[in-house]
Amino acid sequence: MRNAMPMPEVDDELREAVRRLGASTVARAHREGLVDVGYSFVDTPLGRLMVACTRRGLVRLEFSGPDPEQVLEELAGSVSPRVLEDPRRTEGARRQLDAYFAGRIRRFRTPLDWSLTSEGFSRRVLEATAAIPFGSVSTYREVAGKAGSPRAARAAGNALHDNPLPIVVPCHRVVPSSGGIGKYGGDPWRKAFLLQLEGAIDAEEVGQPGAP
Amino acid sequence: MNLPPFQRLLEEHRTDVFRFLVVSVGRQAAEDCFQETFLSALRAYPDLRDASNLRGWLLTIATRKALDHWRGERRRPLPVEEVPERAAPETADGDPELWRAVRTLPPMQRAAVIHRYVLDLSYAQVAETLGISEDAARANAYEGRRKLRSMQPMQEVTT
Repeated sequence: MRNAMPMPEVDDELREAVRRLGASTVARAHREGLVDVGYSFVDTPLGRLMVACTRRGLVRLEFSGPDPEQVLEELAGSVSPRVLEDPRRTEGARRQLDAYFAGRIRRFRTPLDWSLTSEGFSRRVLEATAAIPFGSVSTYREVAGKAGSPRAARAAGNALHDNPLPIVVPCHRVVPSSGGIGKYGGDPWRKAFLLQLEGAIDAEEVGQPGAP
Repeated sequence: MNLPPFQRLLEEHRTDVFRFLVVSVGRQAAEDCFQETFLSALRAYPDLRDASNLRGWLLTIATRKALDHWRGERRRPLPVEEVPERAAPETADGDPELWRAVRTLPPMQRAAVIHRYVLDLSYAQVAETLGISEDAARANAYEGRRKLRSMQPMQEVTT
């Protein structure tokens, strides 16, 4: 029975038409309030950044490899499965990121959605971090202290490692009290780039940060 | 339950859903039905209990949209004389003649024929998707195919 009635052939023209139709369906879903998490991508000097927003605000930023699937699954599981590529939802946040990397703004004013960080110590660490001004740095010990546990520098480091909103919640401004700039996921060069962009360190302090 | 991000459903199944709708309602109406299908799916998605057959779930919704469209079409008097047979070229149709014939079948026969012979679903799946018994699914597909054969003696619809 197979091939008795061939389906319309799938060629590039059809694929492109269906892709456009999918995008216009998402635009309609956006207007009808059916997108719980909208994401899209923005190119930065540090690589491609995935930006995800709920109705409340920015919920996740991630330096995306070629496959953002894992982050999308995480969002589907912990926020809502109605996750869609929706450039409209992320427009405000993307514009601010562009302005930040171009040196036009020193502070983000985009609303934040803390859904991905549990209440308690971790949340307090990130809030203390959010208060560190552009161009200056703090230490793990100091943010641990502001979060209420001065001796929990290591735990503060873990909370910063799990920061769902890097750059905007500036975990790159937290450095070890022993010197050096410390860790930044697996990519300390990004941390060095951001600190230099903000004028918090000189190039010679970190060598050539542009090379990963 | 862990449901995949809806974007993935859209990307994995949009082509099949669209092709199903093109052969069911024609290229023009397919675009509306496609949007209606995915918007309905998106509304219901967070409450979905069984994620084992998301393709089947989407096609079930698409079938309902196609049935709605057919019912609307029957009620609407079409000014056949004034309108050219097709407003747009049927670039997506494998065999325009055949699909035109398919679209003259009564809705249940039409749906059963497309599900069984185009999407290659089993009678059990056809029954589930259309919400009818397996016997009724078989009877509808059989009757639809018989009519197609009588309409198009040259068309090789059986194998």
